[in-house]
Amino acid sequence: MGRYLLRRLGFGLLLVFVVSSAALLLTRLAPGDIAAPQCLELSAEKCAELRASLGLNRPFLPQYLSWLGGVIRFDFGRSLLYSRPVGSLLGERALNTAVLAIFALLAATLIGIPLGIYTGTRAGIMRSIVRAISLIGISVPPLIGSLALVFLAARTGWLPVGGMTSSGGLELTWAAWFADLARHVPLPALALAIPMAATLERLQSEAIASASHEPFVAASRARGVDRSRSILHHAWPVSLRPVLGLYGVMIGSLFSGSFVVEVVTSWPGLGRLMFDALKARDLFLVAGCAATGAFFLAAGTLLSDLLLAYTDPRVTTGESR
Amino acid sequence: MTRRAAIMLVALALFALLAPWLAPYQAGEAFSGFLHAPPMRPHLDGLSPVVHPLVLADRLEQRFEIDSSRTVKLPWIERDAAAPVFLLGADDFGRDVLSRLLYGARTSIGLALVATLGAVLIGALAGAWAGYRGGWIDEAIMRVADFVLVLPVIYVVLVLRAVLPLVLPPSTVFLLVSWIFVLVGWPFVAKGVRAIVAVERNREYVQAAQSLGAGPLRILAVHLIPACGGHLLVQATLLLPAFILAEATLSFIGLGFPDPIASWGTMLAGAGNYNAVARFPWTLAPAVAIFAIVLSTNLLTSQPSPRNR
Repeated sequence: MGRYLLRRLGFGLLLVFVVSSAALLLTRLAPGDIAAPQCLELSAEKCAELRASLGLNRPFLPQYLSWLGGVIRFDFGRSLLYSRPVGSLLGERALNTAVLAIFALLAATLIGIPLGIYTGTRAGIMRSIVRAISLIGISVPPLIGSLALVFLAARTGWLPVGGMTSSGGLELTWAAWFADLARHVPLPALALAIPMAATLERLQSEAIASASHEPFVAASRARGVDRSRSILHHAWPVSLRPVLGLYGVMIGSLFSGSFVVEVVTSWPGLGRLMFDALKARDLFLVAGCAATGAFFLAAGTLLSDLLLAYTDPRVTTGESR
Repeated sequence: MTRRAAIMLVALALFALLAPWLAPYQAGEAFSGFLHAPPMRPHLDGLSPVVHPLVLADRLEQRFEIDSSRTVKLPWIERDAAAPVFLLGADDFGRDVLSRLLYGARTSIGLALVATLGAVLIGALAGAWAGYRGGWIDEAIMRVADFVLVLPVIYVVLVLRAVLPLVLPPSTVFLLVSWIFVLVGWPFVAKGVRAIVAVERNREYVQAAQSLGAGPLRILAVHLIPACGGHLLVQATLLLPAFILAEATLSFIGLGFPDPIASWGTMLAGAGNYNAVARFPWTLAPAVAIFAIVLSTNLLTSQPSPRNR
């Protein structure tokens, strides 16, 4: 187990390194740089001066090596777009994205899993209704879902549209800030959660339907265990394996989805930051965002794999084979 | 259900294909007096369907009133340049949403189809080659595929598109974006194909073909890749809506097609702020179209298993 973990961690680090380096290189190769808009109004000498003062005229290799040297000491360079160290900017925005992702995952789990258990074990009209809703749910990707929810919110005024807080946030007390945040979270989180909840419902439904046909469930019923207990205590734990496996896959789509939702609802998260950094050609910020994205993805996948191994001892880590 | 979904997909593809004949107006045709005109409802006047024309009531508020004293024939029957008919409303430039939806279907579905075909083709070739040859080729191809699969896809697409010049001619954008999609899409196909080919190549029919003197190319093309047909079809139906959505996302944030080109993404980009969305919901028509495509592909690919019916 220890070696498996170490290998996975190593691979994750490699991924973060490659992704951020590639992002840096590609952005550097891209036409235009962060000084380009200002240079439109400056003379050639002034422009060259500006570039030199921003360090844009350095050759790629020394620039890259000094950046790499900084990264080892957790110094991710300075964002020229925001005039702030990249590290603190990233921490702030990554936290915002994490808030969104966690609420979305929670909502998807709390809606999808119970409904899946229900539709997988009961027959009747309610099941058909839930199935139909869930089919619609998987067909509403975050882009469509967030646009629809924004439309709904703007029309009805039930929820604030866009942003993470309504005011600057600084002059608010903690409680007021939290209440404000709680009003802003549901819309983007729901847009992300709808397709995930539907996917979970369908998979859980399939998994528990096949698990409840296993002999040991019949045996528990024969021993006199009542139906709902035999489903929840005997069939459900066994059906969890494919469901937990899905979480690993979902983290990737959560990531892509949250980018779209952040753009549509002006949520100040990592995706938006990356987009702004790319447009402005803010080299170190692009690299930092790419690194954080890759890190989240690698960490999420690892976490879901560990959870899988923990709940199902049959999962081998490649050593016992 | 599966049949109905297939019919719906074919119908949508036909709409896209026949856009120039079905669309009442050109995609870029703007009627300056009709910015954000609401949809008009056709009714029957005798035997011919007609609408009441719109009159601008307040230019500042962009408010229109229905002039019920007059009627205008539908543009398919008779075109009246002074009184255009917007069955699905008009967008922020006064362009007909229905026409743009049809032309946009061409761009969006066309791009997704090209990218899907490319990804399936490259994925099938790479996967089959890896599965058939085995050894270090297999190892190398699959490592690359695994690596691409764990990348944060949206960032890869963003970076690849953003580092290229932002303003490009539409045909270049089409090629470029489809190549980017192929690049992130092929591993999904390749992994399955490799697994199938690695098993199938040891089957008797392959050995029979080998003993009859068939070369590796022939075996791959005639025997092994056709054996993956089902997998390829499933992957194609999964990739197609994903690519349509990816195009919409790219164009929505301004990294896809430039505005005068009608694509579902550029149309959504025009619709995409809170104020506009609330006041002019008909500009969200492409969102409904994308939903229809995703829904029908979901109906095609995912049915509950017999045990769970």
